[in-house]
Amino acid sequence: MKLDSMYQEIILDHYRNPHGKGLRDGDAEVHHVNPTCGDEITLRVRLDGAVVADVSYDSQGCSISQASASVLNDLVVGKSVGEAQQIQEAFLELMQSKGQSEGDEDLLEDAVAFAGVSKYPARVKCALLSWMAWKDATAKALGGQPAITETTD
Amino acid sequence: MTHSHLTGLLDTDAIRKDFPVLSRQLHDGKPLVYLDNAATSQKPRQVLDALNAYYEQHNANVHRGVHVLAEEATALYEGARDKVAAFVNAPSRNEVIFTKNASESLNLVANMLGWAEEPYKVDADSEIVITEMEHHSNIVPWQLLAQRTGAKLKWFSLTDEGRLDLSNIDELITEKTKIVSVTLVSNLLGTVNPVEEIVRKAQSVGALVCIDASQAAPHAVLDVQALEADFVAFTGHKMLAPTGIGVLWGRQELLEDLPPFLGGGEMIETVTMGSSTYAPAPHKFEAGTPPIAQAVGLGAAIDYLSAIGMDKVAAHEHAITAYAIERLAEVPDLRIIGPRTAVDRGAAISFTLGDIHPHDVGQVLDEQGIAVRVGHHCARPVCLRYGIPATTRASFYLYSTPGEVDALIDGLHHVRNFFG
Repeated sequence: MKLDSMYQEIILDHYRNPHGKGLRDGDAEVHHVNPTCGDEITLRVRLDGAVVADVSYDSQGCSISQASASVLNDLVVGKSVGEAQQIQEAFLELMQSKGQSEGDEDLLEDAVAFAGVSKYPARVKCALLSWMAWKDATAKALGGQPAITETTD
Repeated sequence: MTHSHLTGLLDTDAIRKDFPVLSRQLHDGKPLVYLDNAATSQKPRQVLDALNAYYEQHNANVHRGVHVLAEEATALYEGARDKVAAFVNAPSRNEVIFTKNASESLNLVANMLGWAEEPYKVDADSEIVITEMEHHSNIVPWQLLAQRTGAKLKWFSLTDEGRLDLSNIDELITEKTKIVSVTLVSNLLGTVNPVEEIVRKAQSVGALVCIDASQAAPHAVLDVQALEADFVAFTGHKMLAPTGIGVLWGRQELLEDLPPFLGGGEMIETVTMGSSTYAPAPHKFEAGTPPIAQAVGLGAAIDYLSAIGMDKVAAHEHAITAYAIERLAEVPDLRIIGPRTAVDRGAAISFTLGDIHPHDVGQVLDEQGIAVRVGHHCARPVCLRYGIPATTRASFYLYSTPGEVDALIDGLHHVRNFFG
């Protein structure tokens, strides 16, 4: 029963058929790893003025981290950078809620399915990997900093 | 499943009664199947009782008081050193240094050599040799030493079968080699390494040899004299003892010659404002109040293991490992990373399961009460070598049963169905 709260069908769907996967042109690229499990993501952000024109990524990792990157792509592409940052912050807050929050479905859409993951401390980093990479890449794209860096958390 | 064909098994029904945690039930009544013994072992009541008795009856600081408790605490702490010395067949009890874990033991060796005078001194002309299958604790101290001294770090590589490739041993271990540090048993692959050949080669060029026995000491007879190495490191918590206690065994003449690393109380002879002189080994390397209760716990763990017999522990684990390898072969898409037979092999088995990520494998197994380790197991170069991000690892100990192997196999089938 508990397992189903983590592996919602919607998460498994995104895992099996990830949206927006693959690297395309971008204004900034980052490479993030989760040192506890070896999950990795290379993520690029392309901005069109103040709009997130594309989020492309190449990643390897567990179902949670793969599904999370897919949901990220769904949620932020086409939004203004400001809206996307608001969604990112809401997702971060949901993942830090230790199972106490259901998430704002109007804002987070499919991402509320990750509420169950927030009960598993070891898996929260999996869910956040792509989101933190996106935040980092967006800051770089906005700041016009060198595009390729390596970071670990 | 019938297990009547397995020979050499211990009486696990009796042994398991000594380990309170093994009777735990998880997730609404599923019995705990603890297969994460390479990460840490569970503790028998005898060890827990020794810890309690120490704190309830004898607690004091060691080597400092004339009162009864101080004498008793010192006798218990030094008694644990005697037990370790006997357990590893050390020629002298003064060769047994207590540390907090194997990482500290290995860092201690690296720092002894980093601060040493000739002929031990590691400098820009020196070479250090390790292997691609080391735990990070036997990689990073040597990387640090190499970076700080300018020494060159060289690596034995691995064969496709998960064994050390010794074909280029003559190019790797040369007159420039100061130290060779190698694991006796790989924590990820399970491989038991032929360290005799490495020791012989190192001796022929005058290099020191350090053995990481963290995955060996808990599971089989460990004889430092037979190994002929210069240093042997291991940790207590993987062999039924508490966390916070490790061991470095070193040859006496080396411990006399090499400089201390940590300075402080207990490691000195005299101290003036100008300089200090040091106590003889092992105290020279045990600055500060040591982990006293933990050492006493390690002594109790050694008593427990010795009463069973390390040869019998090894035979039990060999039978369980052979059975596990046989049954894992039944699981479709399962690939063992490491030797695929039980020959020269420890009781840790790493594997991948199709393209299902180990994190997901571990999570679904956990839901069935089965505890395994997932990830790179602090041996990331091994994962890179075999082109995988991570593995799932099941590892056994003296209380592991064939029934637990069966539970693992059933669990893995369930994992495949879940993500299928």
